Amino acid sequence: MKKSLLNFFKRIEPDKKKSPFLHTAYDAFFTFAFTPNTTTKGGVHIRDGMDLKRLMVQVVLALQLCYLYGTYNIGQQHFEALGMYGGFFEGFHLKLFHGLIKILPIFIVTNVVGLGIEFWYSAKRGHAVEEGFLVSGALIPLIMPPDIPLWMLGLSVAFAVILGKEAFGGTGMNIWNVALLSRVFIFFAYPTFISGDEVWVSDIHKIKDIGYQSVQYGWAHHFFDWIFSGFGWSTFGNGAQSVIDGYTGATPLALAAKGGWDNVLNVYSTHQMWWGDIPGSIGETSKPLIILGALYLVFTKIADWRIMVSMVLGCTFMGLIMNGMAPDQITADTENIFKFMAVPWYYHFYMGSFLFAMAFMATDPVTAASTRPGKWVYGFLIGAVGLIIRVWNPAYPEGWMLAILFMNTFSALIDNVVLNANMKRRQKRTAAVSS
Amino acid sequence: MKNKANSLWLLAMIFLPTGAVMGQSGSSGSNILIYSLIAVAVLIFFYLLVQVADNLLAIEARQSGSQRKGVNYGIFPRISEIFAPKLPSFVEDSPVTVLKRGHNILLQGEAAARIDESVEAQTFAVQPFNFKGIAPIPKMLVEVGAEVKAGDPLFFDKANPEIHYVAPVSGEVIAINRGAKRAISEVVILADKTQKYRSLNAPDPASASREDLVKFLMDSGAWPLIKQRPFNLLADPAETPRDIFVSTFDSAPLAPDQNFVVQGREAAFRKGIDVLSKLTSGKVYLGLNAKSASVPSKAFTESNAEVRWFYGKHPAGNVGIQIHHIRPIGPKDKVWTLGVQEVITLGALFTENRFNAERIVALTGAELKDPVYVRTSIGANLGELLKDNLKAENTRMITGDVLSGRKSGPEGFLDFYDDQVTVVEEGDYYELFGWLLPIEPRPSISNSFPNFLFPNLKFKANTNSHGERRAFVVTGQYEEVLPMDVYPQALMKSILNGEFERMEGLGIYELVEEDVALCEFVCTSKQPLQQILRQGLEMMREQG
Repeated sequence: MKKSLLNFFKRIEPDKKKSPFLHTAYDAFFTFAFTPNTTTKGGVHIRDGMDLKRLMVQVVLALQLCYLYGTYNIGQQHFEALGMYGGFFEGFHLKLFHGLIKILPIFIVTNVVGLGIEFWYSAKRGHAVEEGFLVSGALIPLIMPPDIPLWMLGLSVAFAVILGKEAFGGTGMNIWNVALLSRVFIFFAYPTFISGDEVWVSDIHKIKDIGYQSVQYGWAHHFFDWIFSGFGWSTFGNGAQSVIDGYTGATPLALAAKGGWDNVLNVYSTHQMWWGDIPGSIGETSKPLIILGALYLVFTKIADWRIMVSMVLGCTFMGLIMNGMAPDQITADTENIFKFMAVPWYYHFYMGSFLFAMAFMATDPVTAASTRPGKWVYGFLIGAVGLIIRVWNPAYPEGWMLAILFMNTFSALIDNVVLNANMKRRQKRTAAVSS
Repeated sequence: MKNKANSLWLLAMIFLPTGAVMGQSGSSGSNILIYSLIAVAVLIFFYLLVQVADNLLAIEARQSGSQRKGVNYGIFPRISEIFAPKLPSFVEDSPVTVLKRGHNILLQGEAAARIDESVEAQTFAVQPFNFKGIAPIPKMLVEVGAEVKAGDPLFFDKANPEIHYVAPVSGEVIAINRGAKRAISEVVILADKTQKYRSLNAPDPASASREDLVKFLMDSGAWPLIKQRPFNLLADPAETPRDIFVSTFDSAPLAPDQNFVVQGREAAFRKGIDVLSKLTSGKVYLGLNAKSASVPSKAFTESNAEVRWFYGKHPAGNVGIQIHHIRPIGPKDKVWTLGVQEVITLGALFTENRFNAERIVALTGAELKDPVYVRTSIGANLGELLKDNLKAENTRMITGDVLSGRKSGPEGFLDFYDDQVTVVEEGDYYELFGWLLPIEPRPSISNSFPNFLFPNLKFKANTNSHGERRAFVVTGQYEEVLPMDVYPQALMKSILNGEFERMEGLGIYELVEEDVALCEFVCTSKQPLQQILRQGLEMMREQG
């Protein structure tokens, strides 16, 4: 079986000179199926079983729970806005398939655009396809709002991969986190599609004079309706329903910025925020599942726990300072910014995407600081700067994306300080020995 | 142990009251921040108070005449002491350097602790490329067909004509093989049945001057046994080394047990140490294994050298790691290093008055029927050593260990400084989803493999590279297995960029290939670190 498969692969191998692109693509898929038969030459004779493919796939594995819940939550938020199917299992198939209809195109567009560019550049450069985009392609869908227009997504992915990665030399050479670059591109180019109150719940649009309403369902929904009705299950219907009273579509963060923690609690319970029953980017909402993924990455030593811990410390530190500076008495007349500052520091972990950024974004080894002391500083500063952007900057609702990209820029500098200290230490040591 | 427990108890007594204060403030106060800040301040105050008192105690102890280094005189255990491993009794009270980082690669095919006297090699070779720093075409002193005795000079390097490279055995020179660019690769000798030795006139090391000793070592052929760091070159006779280091244990995969190897030759080893101590202006340091299961040989513990204990996984046994923790090498320093069997050969010059190139070599690897020690000499032919011992055809013979050894074959010869032959399976086959769902167990430091469930599992490794070469992606991986204050990845990048100052600053002088071999093994990106390091070392050497 293995042999015949191998023979089949060998027979269809395209010519490297005649069609470099085809050969590159072929090589990527072939090495995906078969570990190459190359042996060690010079240097060590045996090698660790870990390679970059395996490493990247572990991250993708750690993201799977976020994918599962993210898909479900797209539907959950959609129906919650319409006041339908409140329970977890009520209308489960509808929520799941609504989520799939939303997330599959996002996933496909991200990976087709990203991998296409990656393959093309590899063919141009004449080297094997590197695995970096495996992870970026899994991360990008999770940090997008469910209603993101696909052309915008494709454009942002192309921007991130070409200017963020290939321009610097490919996987391992980039300065900024590729997934966050694609998000920041949309954030600055098309801000209304990735911030505000309207984008976080899928297929609910504000219509002039009427208010929020769900859209008319398209062919995909109708197709599944046809199947579901065959089973006698509940169906999507035609859509265009109005939302429940008091629906705003705002995320906890937007609420906190407008009126502090009490304002958040008016809409969402802490329980909801912890388990992820809130609107937001697709993969960021469920805290326990993100923590599970993070623990897996720490256990397999793919992500550095130092960055995660120091980021929590940095955020806590800044949160405590803000709590200390906030006035003791909060009244209705208090400025919104003071209300936001008075949010107890531990509740900052409940809102927004802190944990997702900590587990999967800040720990990207290529863009993070590479030395151990450097990682502590890097993580701590992300935590502190991110909270500053979140609370004190009225223009940006969330801080981690910008804080991480900001610290990506400085990670080389942090490393340089650490390395210089190492050089000084060595000089001192050898001077002491020689004298 | 009792001492430690007492100290812990004291520590608890001091901090318990502060804990109670903290508890009260927490329950009655409304502003948590202020009270926790006060609590922290109180803690810091007490800590400082106690630290000052503790240091005064230590100063007092020093002033009252205690000379021992590395001993804790304070009443508190150091953090490293609380988590210190349980040391075996033979270490006694000596200070031990505990190395936390590292990794032992457990492989099948460890040599059984007996010497198979039936294995005999007939051909031996001296290979000029084993000696780093000499010209590739040395001046030959013998021709094919010449009869030589063990210890007779075969060739010399034109830059240093006084250093003789001698025959390890007596017999007939049957071939002088040349490699690329007519470089001499092997001078092959067919050994006599009974060995004849060139008679030497060894001076008495106790009374002889250093010049006489150096001269004798160069003439007798023992000089090439000594290596010099930085760069791991042949020792320069014009230099007086700062110190001389000998590691008495090898932690590399399947490496021979030096306690076993030294058995019966303790006197020669001690004599060698005595000679070496005459050659240096500093000291001779022996690195001993505090983690070994058996008591180290008396040859190591009761010699005239400074003894230093090391406790840790591979590469704790590498002499480079030990130098780093004893007295690190600076840019202007020169230190010499030798292996255990090199010291024995050196000592035997004086105890036996002849060049005794005998080597106890460990034949190891999963592909051997009978992994065992054999008694042979420097430069033995691998095919003859491994005759009738191989399980399969498609194997790789390595002179040395799997991490830093050299690929050879049945026609190849044991390298000059090696005391181990490893045979592993060639992994030149495709593996279906080998990266994702590996069927065969393989050594790895990654917890993504179930290896962590079986900490004592021995692996049957093969030479497959398990993936393709990529750019540096993962960080912190090398540091995890290199117990030195070095940032290997930054160093490698500075070598690739040709930044000389940075290479020097980041400690390239402290490293040779074998020290980064484990980093190369674990590298996810499959980078050739040993090759890169050698490239950097050569660049530094050319710069002077």
